Amino acid sequence: MNKSVYDSPDNTSVSRRHILTVLVDNEPGVLARVIGMFSGRGYNIESLNVAEVSNDEHLSRITIVTEGTLEVVSQIEKQLLRIVPVHSVYNLDEEGSAVEAEVALVNIDLNEKNKKKIYEICDFYRARKIENENNSIIFEIAGASNRINRFIKEINQITRIDIVRSGPVAISTHKNTKEE
Amino acid sequence: MAMKQEMTGAEIVLQSLVDQSVEVVFGYPGGAVLPIYDTLFKQNSIKHVLVRQEGGAIHAAEGYARSTGKVGVVLVTSGPGATNVVTGLTDALMDSIPIVCITGQVPQHLIGSDAFQECDTTGITRPCTKHNYLVKDPNKLSPVFHEAFVIAQNGRPGPVLVDIPKDVQFANGNYTKKENIIIPSHRLFEPRIFNNNEKINEVVDLISKAKKPIFYIGGGCINSGPKASELVTQFVEMTGAPATMTLMGLGVLGSSHQNSLGMLGMHGMYEANMAMHDCDIMINIGARFDDRVTGRLDAFSPNSKKIHIDIDESNINKTINVDVPVVGDVTNVLTEIIKIWKKKNLKINQTDIKLWWDQINNWKKIDCLHFINNEKEIKPQYAIQRLYELTKNKKTFITTEVGQHQMWAAQYYKFEKPNRWLTSGGLGTMGYGFPAAIGAQIANPDALVVDIAGDASILMNIQEMSTAVQYRLPVKIFILNNEYMGMVRQWQELLHGGRYSESYTDSLPDFVKLAESYKAVGLRAKKPEDLDNVINEMINTDKTVIADIWISKEENCFPMIQSGSAHNEMVLSKDQKQDREAAEKGKVLV
Repeated sequence: MNKSVYDSPDNTSVSRRHILTVLVDNEPGVLARVIGMFSGRGYNIESLNVAEVSNDEHLSRITIVTEGTLEVVSQIEKQLLRIVPVHSVYNLDEEGSAVEAEVALVNIDLNEKNKKKIYEICDFYRARKIENENNSIIFEIAGASNRINRFIKEINQITRIDIVRSGPVAISTHKNTKEE
Repeated sequence: MAMKQEMTGAEIVLQSLVDQSVEVVFGYPGGAVLPIYDTLFKQNSIKHVLVRQEGGAIHAAEGYARSTGKVGVVLVTSGPGATNVVTGLTDALMDSIPIVCITGQVPQHLIGSDAFQECDTTGITRPCTKHNYLVKDPNKLSPVFHEAFVIAQNGRPGPVLVDIPKDVQFANGNYTKKENIIIPSHRLFEPRIFNNNEKINEVVDLISKAKKPIFYIGGGCINSGPKASELVTQFVEMTGAPATMTLMGLGVLGSSHQNSLGMLGMHGMYEANMAMHDCDIMINIGARFDDRVTGRLDAFSPNSKKIHIDIDESNINKTINVDVPVVGDVTNVLTEIIKIWKKKNLKINQTDIKLWWDQINNWKKIDCLHFINNEKEIKPQYAIQRLYELTKNKKTFITTEVGQHQMWAAQYYKFEKPNRWLTSGGLGTMGYGFPAAIGAQIANPDALVVDIAGDASILMNIQEMSTAVQYRLPVKIFILNNEYMGMVRQWQELLHGGRYSESYTDSLPDFVKLAESYKAVGLRAKKPEDLDNVINEMINTDKTVIADIWISKEENCFPMIQSGSAHNEMVLSKDQKQDREAAEKGKVLV
């Protein structure tokens, strides 16, 4: 059967994580429109990432991680498409396989006692030390979110850290999702 | 003529409106829109209607738009001017009314400084418009306006707001004509049509095999233009199926049409709701399964296959899962459906449809709109019946406020044509009806425009009396006066143990004197025998009229599906008690 984009999703679906990738005109207020739709209609945002992807066409891509049943996520997609500067919305879980990655920066409280163990862990997770003028110990780690989770968990067991995460970005391995 | 022309921002605003064939602007001046008002003063092509509060301007624009199918245009100042239109913008968004609202803004160097009459207009109105703009460059004004008009009308219509800082109104910029603007396709708000041919074949197939079909017709049929109503009527006749209309859809199929079951939903007709519950094929055309229509969702038409034709994809499967969705404009989709129906020479089985009508006619025998008339007091239902009888042969537009009077108007006034019934359905805005009547009268100077009002609702925008009189608009305000917020009182009676908390209006004005103080005409009917005379005098007076109709104070609006109940659980009268448990559950709902 030819399944339409607005056919009813399976009723049996359970609530799970979805990654939506939204291509928008990079104009003032566009992010507010997108997140306002989520809060106004009571949908969740687990993480959000936005950056310009095409300078000459003024296009930005917003990556949103949300949780919901297929019905809810399908409604989110349709509501997003009603926003005027939105070009396209893809649910990467629906599109087939996708690659996702995020970046985390970690400021680690290092001393002579824990130094060796921490470097081992960083080495294992391919976290890269970033030199800086204050000589504090800052590592950058990139990759799948659960790998970063595991890294943080291990370091946390040893010492105190400050952390910032970008939230995942993701791209379909199948096709070019950029329209027009 | 050159493609571009230099002028001031304010002139560009006016030129854009002229280019968009705008004839009337409803507005109220103030500091941040003075340059536009100055330009308005120097021209003659656009008429400005001065309201008495900005909220009146936007409802008037809604009335203008709803009664004509054109875009309603509003012009107000920054700060309080903008915040006063928020209710109307939300109203227009909910009821899909095309509006372009222009707001002044403080000059750019003051934005963010908490300047006098500054507010974050685009921030405040983002969730209550289809789209909005803050224009910082006078060269962008004309492209923005031409896009705004397209967005307001395309797809599912709605309000668009353009916020213009005062310095941009003064600055010089280039004007670009409508035909020279290219709008990227993703911004056009066109419905995403997908595989409609196949869907339409499925629709036609389902309907032709139906035993108990019903059409469920909504406001989308009105927004699609007068042709849509003709097509709906034509297809209903071709199938011989019954049809029910939502509050917003009244007038699509004439009330006196033999296939019409009237309105459905919370205060809809018993036979319409029962037929919706028992049908096997439901054909939703331009309606959105609103909670006032569906009642309890898990008991909504449990055994039917549902077809849903809607221009807004987000309405598909939003609250009710449907079997065959068709996204598209009603006129286009119905044209196709009728074409295929004719080509295949289809017919619904006559025996089945006769049995179905027999069943419906049995439900009709309940006579759900029956009320006991009274010789001493005017019954509100009787007042509407008389108003209908005495105005039905004129070109009449009816607007309403919100509450019991609105439901009685929907039940007892019979609408035969689209665009003649203007009411706030989605948002339920008290105070909508009178300014909407002003807008409708401006658009239709020769028509009879009556605002059926309640004594509480009318006070929400009573200041517009001054507008109506200034422009010599013979708008009629027909107040069903029971000294209560009637619908609040009814719910308190039915669900809150008769504790009438704050729903009685003490110290109402003397509406006759009130009318006279505005140099309008005030009339009053206290007894049933006064009613016809008052209505006739109201109709025959070529002035703004308030007719204060004293009705039975504690009349309830029936039939009713109480919140949380299903279509087949209608309460027909006060004496019929609702299931207590269901009533408790329903109490938390609105």
